[in-house]
Amino acid sequence: MANYNLQINGKSHQVDVDDDTPLLWVLRDHLGLVGTKYSCGISQCGACTVHLNDNAVKSCTLPISAIGTDKVTTIEGLSADGDHPVQKAWEEIDVAQCGYCQAGQIMTAAALLKRTPNPSEEDVIEAMNGNICRCGTYHRIKEAVLLASSKTK
Amino acid sequence: MTMTTQIKTNRRDFLKIAATASGGLLLGFHFTGCESPQMKVITDEELLSQALPYNNFLSIAPDGHVVIFSPNPELGQNIKTSFPMIVAEELDADWSKVRVMQAFLDSEKYDRQVTGGSGAMPHSWERLRKAGATARRMLMEAAAKRLGVDVNSLTTATGEVLHKESGKKLGYGELAKEAASIAVPEDVALKNIKDFKIIGTPVKNVDNKAMFTGKPLYGLDIYREGMRHAMVQRPPFGMKIKSVDDSEAKAISGITDVVTFNDNVAVVGDSTWQVMKAKRKLKVEYEPINGELESTEFHNKKFDELLNGKDAKVMREDGNVQIAFKNAAKVIKSEYQCPFLSHSPMEPMNFFAHVREDGVELVGPTQTPDRAKAAAAEIAGFAPELVTVEMTRLGGGFGRRLRADFVEEAVHVSKLIKAPVKLIWSREDDNTGGAYRPAVKYRFEAALDANNTLIGYKLKGVGMNAGNTTRENNFPSGSVENLLIESIDYKSDITTNAWRAPITNFLAFAEQSFIDEVAEAAGKDPVQFRLELFDRAKSNPVGEIHYDVDRMRTVVEMAAEKSGWGKKQGVAQGFSVYFSHRSYVAQVAEVRMQQGNPVLEKIYAVTDCGIVVNPTGADQQVRGGMVDGMGHAMFTNMTIKDGMAQQKNFDSYRLIRMKEVPEIETHFVDNGIDPTGLGEPALPPTGGAISNAIYWATGKRLRNQPFIEQEELKEFKLGQRA
Repeated sequence: MANYNLQINGKSHQVDVDDDTPLLWVLRDHLGLVGTKYSCGISQCGACTVHLNDNAVKSCTLPISAIGTDKVTTIEGLSADGDHPVQKAWEEIDVAQCGYCQAGQIMTAAALLKRTPNPSEEDVIEAMNGNICRCGTYHRIKEAVLLASSKTK
Repeated sequence: MTMTTQIKTNRRDFLKIAATASGGLLLGFHFTGCESPQMKVITDEELLSQALPYNNFLSIAPDGHVVIFSPNPELGQNIKTSFPMIVAEELDADWSKVRVMQAFLDSEKYDRQVTGGSGAMPHSWERLRKAGATARRMLMEAAAKRLGVDVNSLTTATGEVLHKESGKKLGYGELAKEAASIAVPEDVALKNIKDFKIIGTPVKNVDNKAMFTGKPLYGLDIYREGMRHAMVQRPPFGMKIKSVDDSEAKAISGITDVVTFNDNVAVVGDSTWQVMKAKRKLKVEYEPINGELESTEFHNKKFDELLNGKDAKVMREDGNVQIAFKNAAKVIKSEYQCPFLSHSPMEPMNFFAHVREDGVELVGPTQTPDRAKAAAAEIAGFAPELVTVEMTRLGGGFGRRLRADFVEEAVHVSKLIKAPVKLIWSREDDNTGGAYRPAVKYRFEAALDANNTLIGYKLKGVGMNAGNTTRENNFPSGSVENLLIESIDYKSDITTNAWRAPITNFLAFAEQSFIDEVAEAAGKDPVQFRLELFDRAKSNPVGEIHYDVDRMRTVVEMAAEKSGWGKKQGVAQGFSVYFSHRSYVAQVAEVRMQQGNPVLEKIYAVTDCGIVVNPTGADQQVRGGMVDGMGHAMFTNMTIKDGMAQQKNFDSYRLIRMKEVPEIETHFVDNGIDPTGLGEPALPPTGGAISNAIYWATGKRLRNQPFIEQEELKEFKLGQRA
């Protein structure tokens, strides 16, 4: 067990956890930020995607000891009131079925648009391919990313 | 003139509840699903304390809010949006003032609080309409009294009662108190479907905002005061515990208990990660319960042995197949096989249980809360009335959460450690934990006479714990003079369970591929061949049939038209049609050869599910079912070795991803028939449409799944865009 001072969603958080604890479980079990989801635990599905600085990372395999002073953003901190262009596009396209993977999808999409504000359809597919949606909402995810991109122009 | 329907109200459904509505509080957090952002946000708790109950499905608050309770578990089929739409339609509610709440298990108030078999919509359609219509009538009677006018001079629209003559309007909120005390009417008029204003419009998912901002909604999001985390190690199939060494597991920090029940070892601790680590340190030795452990090789041997044996159960027999096959000019024979599959919902199995001294509290994702309740009562030794079940949103289900095994485990652990517990399965637990889609093998035989008419048809299926592997009264039964359908169930150690579109998720692929093989042998166009069989089933049906030939024909003709069947150059089209769960779906897949490889470009789907309640939700269900069907047909395999699944996580258990999904175009038949379910029916036809298109593109006939691992496709690259 060790003390960590984390920068999450613009706030400082102190946690006392085992060094090898993945960020995912620190968020969920210790900080009550449950929007970031567990699904595979081996960085294969993307349900646990958060931003580390501005990059999309899989938090299920990222040990807390590796984070240091990097800024963490979770779905709860992506916008003040769910009004990030990606979240708004997700609402407009009515993307979700069960919804469990969608926070991870949204975080991956938001990181893509930060890096590439005007992605091609192929860019979107390439970026989103690491996120599994078992309900098969892929068409709407793609559509929503492109819509969010067009709205932020 | 507007036609209305008089329906006798079922007293049991509409006995007013005296106490405040108790169903519906979930996790203490609530978003304003359907409200406009301008409206002052009122919490669910505040709303419930003011709202007056009209019946078990709806309450109305003096501020004009309408609370609609959705009784069935929501796993992505969108019932939590479509059910309230039906109530709101007949109530003539203002949708922007509707607040939807998940009702918890309450068998006094609701029946069939189950998500399975695509059955909720047909079951509830009428009772939901009546719930809305009854409350609407009560509001109108209250308004008539207040205004001193005849109730028949009043109409309603978007949350208001209107008196046309005087131009007076009364909002539902203004009437809420008075109307709630009016005697519940016995007979209520339902709307003419032509007057629907909400049904048939694309209404967005009521949980969108909560889902897209990461609010606690799912079972895994449950955290309670004093709650422990638990995970279970289960034995491989066909084995039992020989010895347990938990010393290393117990040495992990944060671990409070290791307990054993029914050959399961549960690790309990303060946090999920500590429990995950400790579980890996368990040293459990297992021994076979009796003899040989099962494997895929073992199952393959059994399939052939049983298909060649004489022990099949006859499910249906028409005419005389022996004579038909003896007289045949041509006989076509093929075998089709599929592996076990895990359901793999994105949210792994989990449940919260608290066995207290005075009862059991259960919270979590389940498709069958009643089953969870019964199981908990038995394990904890309480009367079922002392068990409460709160349903969270489900992060997918696909049939897996029809079982209560994970609820039982949570109850066992809570009882043993005398504390509240959230029990969770890892992804590896989920993939190796059984309750799979059964592995099945089919043998089809068809006899054609000299005129290429289908005169004989045989199907024999063998399944591993599959029950009846056939749907003996489904197509092509009724269209063939001589027919024999047989099934064999092998009692395997590998546990199985309903998996989205049970049996038909593979049977439809096999049958629709085989029908194409027969059409080719008969020298007929695949669509024309099917239509000829429908003609026979319509004009002179052989025996009993469970499908409506006209509805079947309509989706086939419409799919041919929408896809430009037979009129396209450079692209191979594959056809498939299937009736399941009361709905009809025809699909056309298009495969184009690009740089020598077959590329799946597009699939058209035409669906007849009767009235489409919510077009955006219906499109989702059809698409989702098709993506599910194509992903598992093309990519996903599960093999068994030493009583254990070898593909334990998504690195080897391959699920379809965005890159592999073709364009999909969906169409719906508009026929005004009462709606049927859509969670399942679009899945079964997809594999067959794709395999048929691949055949016409490459000449390679795929008879086993997953396609990507078949010898026939070894020379090709499949599944990636060019």
